[in-house]
Amino acid sequence: MRGDLEGCLAQIIMTETKPANIAPHLIPILEQVSDPEIPVLTVLDLGVIREAIEEDGVIKVKLTPTYSGCPAMDVIGDDLRAAFVKEGKEVEVELVLSPAWSTDWISEAGLQKMETYGIARPLSESADKDVLLGNAKKVKCTNCGSTNTHLVSQFGSTACKALFKCDDCQEPFDYFKCLK
Amino acid sequence: MNNENLYNYILSIADNSLILAQRLGELCGHGPTLETDIAGTNISLDLIGQTRSYYQYAAKIQGEGKTEDDIAFLRLERDYKNVLLVEQPNTHFGYVMGRQYLFDVFHLMLMNELLKSKDDTLAAIAKKGIKEVSYHKRFSGDWVKRLGDGTEESNQKMQEAIDDLWTYTDELFDLTEADKAMIAEGVGVDTSKFKEQYYTEVSDLLKEANLEVPERKYFTRGGKKGTHSEYMGYILSDLQYMQRTYPNMEW
Repeated sequence: MRGDLEGCLAQIIMTETKPANIAPHLIPILEQVSDPEIPVLTVLDLGVIREAIEEDGVIKVKLTPTYSGCPAMDVIGDDLRAAFVKEGKEVEVELVLSPAWSTDWISEAGLQKMETYGIARPLSESADKDVLLGNAKKVKCTNCGSTNTHLVSQFGSTACKALFKCDDCQEPFDYFKCLK
Repeated sequence: MNNENLYNYILSIADNSLILAQRLGELCGHGPTLETDIAGTNISLDLIGQTRSYYQYAAKIQGEGKTEDDIAFLRLERDYKNVLLVEQPNTHFGYVMGRQYLFDVFHLMLMNELLKSKDDTLAAIAKKGIKEVSYHKRFSGDWVKRLGDGTEESNQKMQEAIDDLWTYTDELFDLTEADKAMIAEGVGVDTSKFKEQYYTEVSDLLKEANLEVPERKYFTRGGKKGTHSEYMGYILSDLQYMQRTYPNMEW
């Protein structure tokens, strides 16, 4: 699921999980399904598909939530079913909680799309703690690129984001919280 | 039911999250600032998400073909096993944050132990939820400090809230029959083990927040056994309204 080598390594080192098991021929279909709240990200970019295989003509997909209460999960499940049914495939979508999703599972391509969309990418765990406690200025403004930014709210428009503001260009923007 | 103790045990954890989520949900659109309003509902959403996972599992254990919604909406007051702390009203913002903090410290300790449960589903829910709960605690703890160490008025209000809410803390560590049975099986968490640690952590933060740690010998309890405060009926009349008025309705 991760295109780049660095991403693959990070995934192996930083989580105790095996890389997601996704049959290559299903990727084009999975790529059509996006996160309803961050529409530029596909479910593959987001890393919420843990398994997608075809067994005896039935597609079996394992989906993991970003946050326990993320309302997008029900929608993503429905969209996945619809995408496969459109291709004439029978599909079973299962929600799995363990291992728990981590922001490390977002692909590099996904992180770049996210930044272009106006959401700053998650920092490392220790840097994330620093900025959310207001000790350091490390989050890069998605508008002007300055790191002269500050936390406005620990919680943002969705469970996965915090709200920041740039002290140079004065634009408010979302920051995708590090979750590990 | 094959495993009534497990069913009751799951509910005793999940009901805390549901009722606290409902209380926080009441604040939607009524928070003192937009940011705190959003924070309250975000925390509520995390708790509802955790509750859904627990109830889905409980419905499976029950084996009567019921769903998470039946468990959430169609029980009688006495059948809810949440602690009294979480049903206390949103008296003022300091009160909301005090209630949240006193629960979050406990919740995080509980999750930390539940990770080691022999029950794979409970361990998985804890593993997912623990990241969320530690974020909640950071938020509520920050606010208790900020208000306690703020103006004379905010300090006084925060102190009153803590003095009021303190009476409900001891119940967090009560062990019911279901608790004891599940502890014996290595599934449940023996909360009495971290009681001292709980009071140490909370007391340290209160002192840091320029607040006095209440001294109390008598504590109020009952929720875990289904004996709730008067507030509970009002909470449920809101929570269950749609299902009671339009039985079996779906979104």
